[in-house]
Amino acid sequence: MAAKESIVGSPALRYEGEAKVLGYAKYIDDLHFPQMIHGATVRSKFPRGRITAIRYGEGIPWDEFTIVTWKDIPGENTIVHLLKDHPCLVQEIVNHPEEPIVLLAHPDKALLRKAVDAVTIEYEPLPAVFTIEESEAPDAPVIWNSEAGDSPNVFKTYLMEKGHVEDVWATADYIIEGEYSTGAQEQFYIENNGVIAEYSEQGVTVWGSMQCPYYLHHALQLAFGLPEQKCRVIQVETGGAFGGKEDYPSVIGCHAALLAMKSGRPVKMVYDRMEDMAATTKRHPSRTRHRTAVSKDGKLLGGEIEFAIDGGAYVTLSPVVLSRGTIHAAGPYNWPHLRIRAKAVATNCPPHGAFRGFGAPQSIFGLERHMDLIAKTVGITPEELRRRNFLQPGGTTATGQLIKDPIDLNGMLTRALEESGYHAKRAEFAKTNPTSPIKRGIGFATFMHGAGFTGSGERRLNSLVAIEVDDEGKPEILVSSTEFGQGTNTILCQVAAQTLHISYKDVRIAQPDTDRVPNSGPTVASRTAMIVGKLVEDASHNLLTCMRASGLLEETYTPEQFCHAALAYKQQHGELRATARYQAPDDIFWDDDKYHGDAYPAYAWAVYVAEVAVDTRTYMAEVKNFWALQEVGKVLNPVLAKGQVEGGVAQGIGYAIYEKCVWKDGVMANNQMTNYIMPTSADLPPIHVLFEEVPSIHGPFGAKGIGELPMDGPAPAILNAIEEATGVRFNHCPLLPEDIFDKLANPTLISADSSQLQPAVAGPVFSGTTP
Amino acid sequence: MRSDVRDYTLTAPGSLDAVLSALAANPRLTPIAGGTELMVALGVGRLGRHELISLDGLKELRFIEERPETLILGAGATFTDIRRNAAIAREFPLLAQTASWTGSIANQNRGTLGGNIANASPAADNPPALLAYDASIELVSATGRRTLPYDEFHLGYKKTVLQPGELIYAIHLPRRFAQHRQYVRKVGTRNAQAIAKIALAATALIDEAMVREIRLAGASLIDRPVRLHATEALLLGKAITPELRTQAAAVLASEIKPIDDIRSTAKYRIAVACNLLDEFLLSL
Ligand SMILES: Cc1cc2nc3c(=O)[nH]c(=O)nc-3n(C[C@H](O)[C@H](O)[C@H](O)COP(=O)(O)OP(=O)(O)OC[C@H]3O[C@@H](n4cnc5c(N)ncnc54)[C@H](O)[C@@H]3O)c2cc1C
Repeated sequence: MAAKESIVGSPALRYEGEAKVLGYAKYIDDLHFPQMIHGATVRSKFPRGRITAIRYGEGIPWDEFTIVTWKDIPGENTIVHLLKDHPCLVQEIVNHPEEPIVLLAHPDKALLRKAVDAVTIEYEPLPAVFTIEESEAPDAPVIWNSEAGDSPNVFKTYLMEKGHVEDVWATADYIIEGEYSTGAQEQFYIENNGVIAEYSEQGVTVWGSMQCPYYLHHALQLAFGLPEQKCRVIQVETGGAFGGKEDYPSVIGCHAALLAMKSGRPVKMVYDRMEDMAATTKRHPSRTRHRTAVSKDGKLLGGEIEFAIDGGAYVTLSPVVLSRGTIHAAGPYNWPHLRIRAKAVATNCPPHGAFRGFGAPQSIFGLERHMDLIAKTVGITPEELRRRNFLQPGGTTATGQLIKDPIDLNGMLTRALEESGYHAKRAEFAKTNPTSPIKRGIGFATFMHGAGFTGSGERRLNSLVAIEVDDEGKPEILVSSTEFGQGTNTILCQVAAQTLHISYKDVRIAQPDTDRVPNSGPTVASRTAMIVGKLVEDASHNLLTCMRASGLLEETYTPEQFCHAALAYKQQHGELRATARYQAPDDIFWDDDKYHGDAYPAYAWAVYVAEVAVDTRTYMAEVKNFWALQEVGKVLNPVLAKGQVEGGVAQGIGYAIYEKCVWKDGVMANNQMTNYIMPTSADLPPIHVLFEEVPSIHGPFGAKGIGELPMDGPAPAILNAIEEATGVRFNHCPLLPEDIFDKLANPTLISADSSQLQPAVAGPVFSGTTP
Repeated sequence: MRSDVRDYTLTAPGSLDAVLSALAANPRLTPIAGGTELMVALGVGRLGRHELISLDGLKELRFIEERPETLILGAGATFTDIRRNAAIAREFPLLAQTASWTGSIANQNRGTLGGNIANASPAADNPPALLAYDASIELVSATGRRTLPYDEFHLGYKKTVLQPGELIYAIHLPRRFAQHRQYVRKVGTRNAQAIAKIALAATALIDEAMVREIRLAGASLIDRPVRLHATEALLLGKAITPELRTQAAAVLASEIKPIDDIRSTAKYRIAVACNLLDEFLLSL
């Protein structure tokens, strides 16, 4: 065959990299359409209430403005996700601060701003809740109630059971309890949310910065009451997303389209940073409670896990986030008996949404902190505890999924601890810490992350991919999978080039445009490399089969011969196009009711090690060094894969010890880069990225997903290291210096917990976190 | 951009004298130097003053002059100018340090020392170093000049002695700190591009184990950049002992009045201020 060296696995240059580096890549705010005007949003300034009047203040030439309220919506007043509880514009009841009520458009952006400020919303306040605890309180006001929900204020619950956990408590040597919580986190893509919409007889078209063109496509059909062929969505160059442009573009996209319809002109809506941070989605805050039965020799006998997330005011994607968090709550361990109860609750905060990891970083944080507590209680090292409980090939996960791939978590742990000098450092820090104002520590987390949609999700998505040969004889990949900095374009072109035996630079990928590309599913859930990559591989094979069947292509060929054959085929048949549709593997079963079966086609496995230093004068914790070892099936592009892990670890460090959303009655008070503290390069340690490859049959060339994985491990690894350094347990992230100070300076605040049980006196003992 | 720039005017007379006469004639004028404070306010729609007069590019204000007894820094000196100056690096390392952690490089290229002082934020990075070096401040207006101890310049939250029509002309640093022990530490929200949660700058002259001279100053400890006179008074003329260090922490804690805000808490600020002071005293 022609291509001698492997394209897959090589550091192929980023497909769109040159345009980005040289500045000719066009983002949404770079685009200008003739006659285009600007749109803006009037939002609620209160968390919950009934609107009594909308007043348009003096000094604004209102007759020049396009004004849209819910009454102007031609279809249903909803932004459809899983349910239809989320209105496109408030009709009467406001359910969270920053909720869109009125839309304005005008050619003059500065005047638009003044007009937004001149609109006042009068309202009768209604009682509101802002945290999981407030939402679930017995006397909580009912702020959300729908037949689709499980009970008042609860969007969704899951119950996942393995074995009979009731039976283990009596025989356990230890029963260990812990409660862990995580805060909201802003995705902080570089480019804020933005779209341009146009409306005409032919229908509605939206260009925008987004992850999932077909989500917005669906939302437009409902809001406008239009058939699908009259709705069109085009993704333009997108400056980062991290999940933050999964569901939100449906909101801003419908808004701009409504203004375009009413004004008869193209309308651009681009949020500024303050609006984007205040009004759009963030990672769900969470709480995880563990109660674990353990034997004297450190075997997990069984456990109960209660996992709760704060969904904000509307359902949006919360059930799916909850699902992933629930399944990942058990980690890469063997649980003979386990019960997980999970719920997503309603609060009067802006809806929380997708963010890299999608519920898994939350529940994994709880579990990996809890594992260290168990180790301490039982009196073995965190390492030994994990070794005694790791899942092995032939074992089953908490959902009952059989581990078929030859994974070796013990081997991975050994390698990660060796590479990081873990044992030597523990010994050294134990010696130096007592006399130093700077306490150093090293800790780790072991975890896995499922690739693709959960359970039967991929079957339902029914993704389709096409490859079409263009007029130069070059194959063009047609997918709705989007590039937003993570490398979709590049890896899909690598897979096609390798499969077609032509050069990487001869493969093209189409701009995602719902009029042209088939629906290959959303670009989320670590699914693109594995699921869509496999479909691109399949479609490439189908293309070759088609060319060979026509007799135009030999069994072996050069890239030039491929090109000639492709053009000859086109000349004879008009077009050369091949497709591939997702087919669920025969041996994958999932029971949605029992939450049992094969949760994901494949998992990536990882051991992350963090070295920290805590300065006892400033109570600041810093991550000094970081090792990220992961098994990902196959590294499709080493530069991009390393970049994914480094970026994810940086984001995880932010999640662990810097990035705190300061809430005041549901309003994000620090919605500026000055006060929302994302770590800079000066705060980041060297990040050592290490890969192992155990090819999976489900992905192209063995690849599994890696996009979300690196978000899962840093926070627990870092807090485990901080406990090693200070001897104090912290169970919440983000953990800021003020929190460390509170406990270090006030030892009385350190609550007694199970780790103070003495193995000698421990029988079947129950010890709560708050005695 | 949350402001309408058409609501603002900007004039640039081009010389210090012309600026001073314009200021004398129109008290509504607000000077703008590097603009790294004012443009932020403009961007978020919170710039209340609408008539701006530019100090940008005024050679009369952008200088660093070495005299035998003093080093004089024009109000228009940028942080980059300060970082690159050999005399400052040699004799006033605390200032070189604070200039280096003021914002980003881009910030340091435009932002001026005068702007940092006049903006009068309690969290500003450079005032503590200036206070620890016993700086004087020279003000100028159409009617003349006056010089006063910098310690007397800040009156309260964002309040200074500047009169309408008056500009900061220069900072004078006495060149007599070669023998002093010097200390500065900023505790920000992160290692770069951070507003100080607290900062402490200190100079002390130790002779035969006695504190002969001491100046302590901090950021975000009270409503303005502040010298810590009570703590200084306690330490002056004494030898540093464990008991004295404990007393110093107590005096410092009673002398400062930090606040709870979006970035930190008052009790954290007090504790850390005491820890930083102790770190300095231990080094003496
Ligand atoms: C991204 C960013 C990061 C920053 N980080 C820091 C930081 O880490 N530490 C820190 O301390 N600051 C920081 N700043 C604030 C700012 O850069 C400094 O305060 C800078 O010194 C302001 O100087 P300027 O010349 O740009 O001021 P301008 O914005 O031009 O003016 C500020 C104020 O000073 C007045 N003024 C200016 N010159 C004079 C004069 N000669 N006489 C009288 N009044 C005058 C103006 O009228 C105005 O009220 C940051 C700002 C930004 C945008």
